[in-house]
Amino acid sequence: MNPQSTLPPTPAALPPKTGDPSAPAGSGSKGPRSEVRLFAGLGHVALAVWAVIVIVPILWTFLAAFKNTSEIFSSPWTLPAELRWENFGRAWTKAHVGRYFLNSVIVVSCSTFLTMLLGSMAAYVLARYKFWGNRAVYFLFVSGLAFPVFLALVPLFFVVKNLGLLDTHTGVVLVYSAYSLPFTVFFLAAFFKTLPSSVAEAGMIDGCGHTRLFFQVMMPMAKPGLISVTIFNIIGQWAQYQLPLVLLSNAKDKWVLTQGIADISVNAGYEADWSGLFAALTIAILPMIIVYAVFQRQIQAGLTSGAVK
Amino acid sequence: MRHGKYPFVIGFLFAPVALYVTFVIWPYAQAFQISMTNWRGLSAPQWVGFDNYRRLLDDGAFWKAVQHHGVLLLALPLITIAIALFFAFLLNVGGKSSGGQRQGVWGAKFYRVVFFFPQVLAVAIIAVLFQMVYRPNESGLINGVLMKFGLEPILFLVKPNLALWSIIAVLVWQAVGFYVVLFSAGMASIPGEIYEAAEMDGATKVTLFFRVTLPLLWDTLQVAWVYLGIAAFDAFAIVAVLSVDGGGPDGATTVLAMEIYRNAFVYSKYGYASAMGVALFFLTLTFAALTLRLTKRESVEY
Repeated sequence: MNPQSTLPPTPAALPPKTGDPSAPAGSGSKGPRSEVRLFAGLGHVALAVWAVIVIVPILWTFLAAFKNTSEIFSSPWTLPAELRWENFGRAWTKAHVGRYFLNSVIVVSCSTFLTMLLGSMAAYVLARYKFWGNRAVYFLFVSGLAFPVFLALVPLFFVVKNLGLLDTHTGVVLVYSAYSLPFTVFFLAAFFKTLPSSVAEAGMIDGCGHTRLFFQVMMPMAKPGLISVTIFNIIGQWAQYQLPLVLLSNAKDKWVLTQGIADISVNAGYEADWSGLFAALTIAILPMIIVYAVFQRQIQAGLTSGAVK
Repeated sequence: MRHGKYPFVIGFLFAPVALYVTFVIWPYAQAFQISMTNWRGLSAPQWVGFDNYRRLLDDGAFWKAVQHHGVLLLALPLITIAIALFFAFLLNVGGKSSGGQRQGVWGAKFYRVVFFFPQVLAVAIIAVLFQMVYRPNESGLINGVLMKFGLEPILFLVKPNLALWSIIAVLVWQAVGFYVVLFSAGMASIPGEIYEAAEMDGATKVTLFFRVTLPLLWDTLQVAWVYLGIAAFDAFAIVAVLSVDGGGPDGATTVLAMEIYRNAFVYSKYGYASAMGVALFFLTLTFAALTLRLTKRESVEY
């Protein structure tokens, strides 16, 4: 992936608006060939089947969250006999999902903020200033895109340990940010390059310092790019599992949501609290659905931004 | 850009570079060094040269993991891209064409939104979800139905020859929506006149797909293949959470990331785990180089 091939998200990177969704297809009176209708018909079936495959497991989990264990076994496909909200209470407090959720929110908001601050600073300087070593630093960052995190897992563990940051949120935040920098710098550098230099020059003539120019002029201008990468980083860091597993292993009260839910699923077998597990899963999934429903376009654009030419 | 450029540049670069070198570059460099030692964390590491790598060659678990990466590397991109291409084509071009205006099928927007959703969820969460779906008794989503009909339950994660495919199915389940959106964006940038011209010449939808859409989408497909390949080399979260005791039954689903984790943080064989990490690094590199080499062809300008 060469740097030139990735442009900042333009309207083309957004999911295209294809026609009018309410326009009936296949019913065309002047449909020239039956082949079209057959194709569209089969296509409809395939699309509907896939939609069911995506929705049903999630919906089924939500339903099971209200059942008790005997219902889960005897009638997995029916509606719950009553809404057992206590399952959620149990998951939230006894299984510590509330704690894990809060930890995830704290860690991801700090690390995304740090990633965006440091990433945009580095990207801006690398994209718009000529200085000795510019390319070397740029490639140092971008080379990080090619390495699997697992290569460095053992030494990383000891680096964090020697800094005294093992089992702390600070350690996780710093590591998340460091590993998010390659993509962030790579993407934002390409974005800052596209901004017109006339505005920057005007700012300089008005006596604007480099730092003020960056925070008050360039950052606002780069807003679309910053939003895309922020979404990309939030979703990526929220989903992290391997790094917290290694870096927070001995501090259960600091665990993040992915780690906590995976642990609950192991223990659910011993404690036979399946409804509690379903409730925990629901707590983990439902907020994502709400966020996704609201920011659907931005999220799709943000996540695909790295790949769209 | 006259006054005080260098203090500013250094001031802005210092913190990001320091953070990045400490937690990314420095560990990567150390990984190569540790892989040449028999370090177990307690006493000082002893230099053993290529011993760890020699032991890798005789390690059954390592070869099993490499083999699984091979399967993942072929199956995951092939299945995901095939399904995603088909859906993206339906959603963008599949409907009737009126006056040269290509249209997706009815409800295209809804499908795109629904299909993409699993991408937003964490893999670890999805793994727990599918643990429930695959459960081997009447409480499982699939086996609950099968057993209602008096059929034998399918032991998705317990049968060695089925377990890896059950995991691949989950990865495909999550990935398809992302590639539908990606390919849709690619298809939207193909000018409508090309389709119009082809349809005037009497091209059917199938011809349109293979002769127009596919060649013009080649670059996007290449990107998709690389992304899915990278995913096939990771797969830690899904294997660690979904499979029976981390890569089981009996190593039937293990991947390198799983073996690295196990060797390092369960057995404390840090040197050996690092050697596996280096092996993984070279496998990834080989894959990337091969992909770029093999898929290199004249891209069609339009």
